[in-house]
Amino acid sequence: MAEEKETKGGKKYKYSIIVPTYNERLNIALIVYLIFKHLRDVDFEIIVVDDGSPDGTQEIVKQLQQLYGEDRILLRARAKKLGLGTAYIHGLKHATGDFVVIMDADLSHHPKYLPSFIKKQLETNASIVTGTRYVKGGGVHGWNLMRKLTSRGANVLAQTLLWPGVSDLTGSFRLYKKSVLEDVISSCVSKGYVFQMEMIVRATRKGYHIEEVPITFVDRVFGTSKLGGSEIVEYLKGLVYLLLTT
Amino acid sequence: MKHIVKILSLLVAISAFWIGLLQAAIVPRSHTWLLPIYFVVSLGCYGLLMVGIGLMQFPTCPQEALLLQQDIAEAKDFFKHKGVDVGSD
Repeated sequence: MAEEKETKGGKKYKYSIIVPTYNERLNIALIVYLIFKHLRDVDFEIIVVDDGSPDGTQEIVKQLQQLYGEDRILLRARAKKLGLGTAYIHGLKHATGDFVVIMDADLSHHPKYLPSFIKKQLETNASIVTGTRYVKGGGVHGWNLMRKLTSRGANVLAQTLLWPGVSDLTGSFRLYKKSVLEDVISSCVSKGYVFQMEMIVRATRKGYHIEEVPITFVDRVFGTSKLGGSEIVEYLKGLVYLLLTT
Repeated sequence: MKHIVKILSLLVAISAFWIGLLQAAIVPRSHTWLLPIYFVVSLGCYGLLMVGIGLMQFPTCPQEALLLQQDIAEAKDFFKHKGVDVGSD
């Protein structure tokens, strides 16, 4: 019988961390380093779903595989940019963990919060643990007043219309029980950040136990991608869609 | 039950209550006619209040940017020693 580490209840769980990437040559290496640093005694695998990055992201991942082991870092690439939702589905197919973590590759999500996600889930036996930026202990850095205003306004509108049961709807730093992610993702059809909203709202409607942990979010790309009128329209369309179909 | 059905049921219940008030005339009719407007305006004010409060209490974390820079430096250093070429940002 292989060695079994003693954890709560004597069972050792495995965590699959899915990281979709596109042109994250530097960040993917940093993320991998930080995950290994903060999850020292945890059984996990990192699944990198790269959409054919032209900047050499996959070459870096291969070097990381040499360093950390191909059983710890899985490269499951795709030919071109195919979207976030399908990236998760693709990663899920190769996940062998009991739980699946999804996170962004651009370091806005810091791996140091992974232990708190895991701890929260073990304590509460939640189906989903979602990171929230909007509670005490969490926070955002890198947003100007206008951006905070739109975020707050969007959140109040969504809370009023959808009663979602979570404080941060558009966040994408989450831990799911593998079966729960498979169930929820199969019923979601939206794209982009509306997809993240759809996932958590559908999970709430299906009655899954959802817990939150505070996370900090350092936005390093906000300066380059402004929140324009089209994003706001997309968001409102997404809200109406979720209002009518969930 | 779909969420929209819940919301519509709530609106129907409120409307029924309002119509009931109109017919029973416990409150003067002129006031009752304006109730929906009061309701919508209060809802709007409540929303604005929540946005304002949320904005004032918006949690920020400037120290996190600094910590992140430290983490990045630590990681880059590690990879340099292991011979992994991570290039520059």
